[in-house]
Amino acid sequence: MTRLSSAFSKPHPALVCFVTAGDGDTAANLDALVEGGADVIELGMPFTDPMADGPAIQAANIRSLGAGTTTADVLRIARKFRDRHPDVPLVLMGYANPMIRRGPEWFASAASDAGVDGVICVDIPPEEDDALGPQLRAAGIAPIRLATPTTDAARLPQVIEGSEGFLYYVAVAGITGMQQAAIGSIEANVSRIKQSTDIPVAVGFGVRTPEQAAEIAQVADGVVVGSALVELVGEHGADAPSKLRELTASLAKAVHSAAKA
Amino acid sequence: MNSPNSFRTQPDERGHFGDYGGRYVAETLMPLVLDLEREYRAAQADPAFKAQFDDLLEHYVGRPSPLYFAERLTEALGGAQVWFKRDELNHTGAHKINNCIGQILLAMRMGKTRIIAETGAGQHGVATATVCARFGLPCVIYMGAEDIRRQQPNVFRMKLLGAEIVPVTSGRGTLKDAMNEGLRDWVANVHDTFYIIGTAAGPHPYPEMVRDFQSVIGIEARAQMLSRTGRLPDLAVACIGGGSNALGLFHPFLDDPEVKLLGVEAAGHGLDGDEHAASLLGGFPGVLHGNKTYLLQDDDGQITEGHSISAGLDYPGIGPEHAWLKDMERVEYTAVTDDEALDAFQLLCRTEGIIPALEPSHAIAAVTKRAKEMPDDAIILANLCGRGDKDIFTVAEKLGVEI
Repeated sequence: MTRLSSAFSKPHPALVCFVTAGDGDTAANLDALVEGGADVIELGMPFTDPMADGPAIQAANIRSLGAGTTTADVLRIARKFRDRHPDVPLVLMGYANPMIRRGPEWFASAASDAGVDGVICVDIPPEEDDALGPQLRAAGIAPIRLATPTTDAARLPQVIEGSEGFLYYVAVAGITGMQQAAIGSIEANVSRIKQSTDIPVAVGFGVRTPEQAAEIAQVADGVVVGSALVELVGEHGADAPSKLRELTASLAKAVHSAAKA
Repeated sequence: MNSPNSFRTQPDERGHFGDYGGRYVAETLMPLVLDLEREYRAAQADPAFKAQFDDLLEHYVGRPSPLYFAERLTEALGGAQVWFKRDELNHTGAHKINNCIGQILLAMRMGKTRIIAETGAGQHGVATATVCARFGLPCVIYMGAEDIRRQQPNVFRMKLLGAEIVPVTSGRGTLKDAMNEGLRDWVANVHDTFYIIGTAAGPHPYPEMVRDFQSVIGIEARAQMLSRTGRLPDLAVACIGGGSNALGLFHPFLDDPEVKLLGVEAAGHGLDGDEHAASLLGGFPGVLHGNKTYLLQDDDGQITEGHSISAGLDYPGIGPEHAWLKDMERVEYTAVTDDEALDAFQLLCRTEGIIPALEPSHAIAAVTKRAKEMPDDAIILANLCGRGDKDIFTVAEKLGVEI
């Protein structure tokens, strides 16, 4: 069983927590997420042009790049995380260009060496899978695809095909960290997806509070929280870990006590 | 029809020009991009669409634009004859309007009720605001805060035309940041919004579609050249930012092997430093804004900002078809510096009584070099893709003149 499948086989829904690599003391931030009860860690790879992200994660990208974060730094952060937390699944999330700059084989192999379990690439849809998907699969890394409210029934099988680890359901047609979708629409879409696949479905975009997370955890296999955590890093800098631990713990409590979908 | 070895059959059915192009967009946009392609195919097959497009180009834009023999410039250079395709005489003063007419007709065909666009120098913003006013659709233009500062006259034009201008402060506040913000708006408003992209870049089918709408430039120029001189030019020249005016001129000539093609990038302060906007000559292949193409980027794939005296050329990417044409060696690419463009700008003012935009001033600078190396019975065709009214403040500042 892979680390990702173990995380989604727990008796409760999984809490997936995102922070941007190189923004603040990332090692301490990641440890705080684990201590708070995160089941899966998403580590954002900073990019100059984060087109799918709202102001919070854009700002985190700028802070990270401004501090001089390189791809080598991101991989080093991942490697050290893996050494400290051998069992916690780690997923890299980012955009195509930094991932394929040195060639997709290079990236897949470097990520695998760093102990990465999955990769979410925002701007590689199934149509362009060749750009990175085969190389990730060959390296034993799960390409995690996104499904959205605009992914219709005709398209869904294509998204699911070749998706591994979990499916990330983007709750709103929009960018990260903005409005939250109505729970009714999330429930309808998640159940539509779950009729077509056994892959776990985690829901993200616009999830900020334990109340929202609890509601979503009733209908999904996992809940993703990003911008709310990233904002804490932006606001508290070096003091962020304790704040992150606190918010993660309240999110984990909410998500873990929900009945498994 | 195209021969099997034609350069004019790109892209393939997945929107790829060789290794370039494609549809590198977030899943939310993917169904929309597929929809757009379906609707574009239907429009291409619909004679009524073409009739309406042609009618607007003729009576609203003022096409065909003239083909003009630049006699005094030719004399001054002492070599090949220089001919200009006068797309600066279009309504709104640049080639951008050709594409905007096509895209807004498509938007209305798709039942979209809101238009968004990005702009750098403001020419595409003005053209978009113009067609939105003409068809009564609300228009939101994303423009970098820095570009707003540099291009006040165009900002005011857009406002007069009823557009809402949204200043973009993320990144360095220039064209690529405006495009990011346009994509963010689009992804949040997919149900009613059409994104009019201003150059032959972005996810498929934009590069193909923009090229097709702009090809009117080359189709007209080819026919005009044949009728005026009885032959095709030896060399066709156009400047390149994203590359839409160049593709518009070049595409109809791609299968005429006797016509050499020259694309001119902005070398800014010189290609040896970082202060240029030459994606093809100084960049590497990568993925940005929905397509794979040559990009200005560092070793980690972070996008770097270009520099050019011309705000219309300082985009860190380039249309994917140019990337392919470069690799196929069908088009030669070169670059000229800010200073060379500025000299060419003044030369055209004084020899021909035409104030060109700084963008085609780059093409003219390349023409001045090439013309001298060619015999006087050779013909160079250059695209004068925009007029220079918008640039007089920049030029005055560079020349140390207060106005």
